[in-house]
Amino acid sequence: MFKCRMSALTAAVSIALLSQAAIAAEEQFFPILSYRIGPYGANGQSFFGGFVDYLNYVNLKENGINGVKIVWEECETEYNNAKGIECYERLKDKAKVSTGPIHTMSTGVAYALIDKAAEDKIPLAMMGYGRTDAVDGSVFPYAFPLVTTYQMQASAILRFVKEKEKGSLEGKKIVYLYHDSAYGKEPIAALQEEAKINKFELTLIPVAHPGNEQGAQWLKIRQENPDYVVFWGWGVMNQTAIKAAQKIGFSRDKMVGSWWAGSEEDTVPAGDAAKGYMSATWNVAGKDVPLIADIEKVVYGAGQGNLGDTSKIGTILYNRGVSAAVLSIEAIRKAQEKYGKGKAMTGEQVRWGMENLDISDARLKEIGATDLLPEIKTSCDNHEGSGKIKIQQWDGTQWVVVSGWIEGNKGLIHPLFKASAEQYAKEKGMTPRDCAKEM
Amino acid sequence: MQFFLEVLISGLLSGVMYALVALGFVLIYKASGVFNFAQGAMVYLAALAVVGCMEKGAPLWLAIILAFVIMTLFGIATEKFVLRKLVNQPPITLFMATIGLAFFIEGLAPIVFGSEPRALDLGIVDEPIPAILDAWDMVISKFDLVAAGIAALLVTTLALFFQYTRIGRALRAVADDHQAALSIGIPLQHIWAIVWGIAGFVALVAGLMWGARNGVQFALTFTALKALPVLIIGGFTSVPGAIAGGLIIGASEKLAEIYLPPVMQSMFGGNFGGIEGWFPYVLALFFLLVRPEGLFGEKHIDRV
Repeated sequence: MFKCRMSALTAAVSIALLSQAAIAAEEQFFPILSYRIGPYGANGQSFFGGFVDYLNYVNLKENGINGVKIVWEECETEYNNAKGIECYERLKDKAKVSTGPIHTMSTGVAYALIDKAAEDKIPLAMMGYGRTDAVDGSVFPYAFPLVTTYQMQASAILRFVKEKEKGSLEGKKIVYLYHDSAYGKEPIAALQEEAKINKFELTLIPVAHPGNEQGAQWLKIRQENPDYVVFWGWGVMNQTAIKAAQKIGFSRDKMVGSWWAGSEEDTVPAGDAAKGYMSATWNVAGKDVPLIADIEKVVYGAGQGNLGDTSKIGTILYNRGVSAAVLSIEAIRKAQEKYGKGKAMTGEQVRWGMENLDISDARLKEIGATDLLPEIKTSCDNHEGSGKIKIQQWDGTQWVVVSGWIEGNKGLIHPLFKASAEQYAKEKGMTPRDCAKEM
Repeated sequence: MQFFLEVLISGLLSGVMYALVALGFVLIYKASGVFNFAQGAMVYLAALAVVGCMEKGAPLWLAIILAFVIMTLFGIATEKFVLRKLVNQPPITLFMATIGLAFFIEGLAPIVFGSEPRALDLGIVDEPIPAILDAWDMVISKFDLVAAGIAALLVTTLALFFQYTRIGRALRAVADDHQAALSIGIPLQHIWAIVWGIAGFVALVAGLMWGARNGVQFALTFTALKALPVLIIGGFTSVPGAIAGGLIIGASEKLAEIYLPPVMQSMFGGNFGGIEGWFPYVLALFFLLVRPEGLFGEKHIDRV
């Protein structure tokens, strides 16, 4: 009798646990390692606000991804590597059940998580940042430097400058002014190769973190008298550079920044000095994009908007947060096509989705995201999927796109990262995947 | 030679900006023997208060007055709620309290005034003075000259205040020994409230100048990092020392940034530069070895 009762109890508990697991499985979890406070909090608020708003939008508008409700948990990293790892450790157990890709919006945190995420089989998205050589999916199966890498971005900026100079950079002087960190150093190899090919003189000038004092660097630039300054800044370094350029009388329309130096947060504090300054981007600002307008209507209309300050809707970083979420959701949709519609996807499955993304202009139009992303087509040996950027210019009040899509020099850059990835695999004692077998 | 002079002058003028922040540290240290970790946060709060009031429609002059009132009230509140309970505690306890205060300000200020980076236009353009540019081909910014003038005025006023006023003497007495000062009837609470109020005013001036230069944003709290080596070199207790330390740090870091990397590159290869972050600290370390009290600091002698 006692035995019988025990087995009934065990069965009941098992059923309860199983049904709970089934409920949990119908939810797609997103671990969000965000930063909304601290030195770069203003940037993080816009980006992660856009990201969360799109997740909410999919829930409200489409009842989730093919019926799978999206849930998420945020952890504040303050853009601090140690806190980023702590947040990852805190959320990874939940992410092992089902997960969307992790976006850290921090090169430092992304670097710190590359190996851990691969070990835990959780995909790590690094849209426009992180390790360039992670494009090679045979060595970095779980890391995705989507849209553009630092090296491809630098190469594309030079292509833009070259076009402005009527197709030749020969004999020109270009200064590369950069944040003295992994972020700033990443494009150097690409720029040096470009300098050899295009026969321009390249001068490297680093700036110590945080970059709120650049007097010496800009006096050096004045002495060099370059034709262009290619600029890899972040946070206060951006406004300081723009103001310092004004101080020495260097024309702002000869300065082209990376996308980290191309948001309203970078130009507004510099006031009139920022007029004419240019930067890379892959998404437009404004609410003219149908998806952005619809998010405002649907999500904020339902009183579920993530931003307290709604004036951030439509800013460069807000729209970029939406673009990051669009890519993430599209990857999960792709994974569901293979592993079962209406099911929550695990990290491994989402990784497959990210590696097989094929987002055409038609698809972007369908979801109202035209101008938020270039076309993306990823594969095992290309986790970047695009390599294209646009150039935008600050007109004193807003960013205006001044170019079409520009692709970096793939023939030059891809062998560089391939060699770097091979070196990484050797150092780690890894055997790269055979991408031919993944087709 | 001309380029050397240009770098030197630019460095000296940058040093004045560091000295503006260092002055706030000196004031608090002079009056209470406490290293105020929250000084950088106070610079941030003051600048945010100005742009916050301007966003509510106040003109610049009124916003500055309102920010001054806010900083004074903040000083009084700090004395009442933080320092009063810590009289006669070891300096490390007071130092720890200021760390807490820094986090408190860094959290509260953006909630009240917003965290968006904003421009602050004081009406002084940060552009080269054409006459100097034409005559000597040197870039000297109008803004930097104004900042230097303001710093000189501030230092003179504060030095005279500490030396010749009753409150100034009381401040120095309190710094030497809280208990002894209390025993001869110096009102410690009032003195601390006054000095925190003045430090708030200095933070406001620093916040205005740094905010106008780089925008008003969280990174203003980092200005404190530039002030630390200035204090070590100038001495924690000397108002003129803050200026001297600022000038030394400003000039030496700029000259080092320009002239050291090529030497290091020829010795070790690779690409050097971006040494402004650590060079002032190495210089300060050298001063600590040869003159631990700083150039103008008071020598501490204990009778044994």
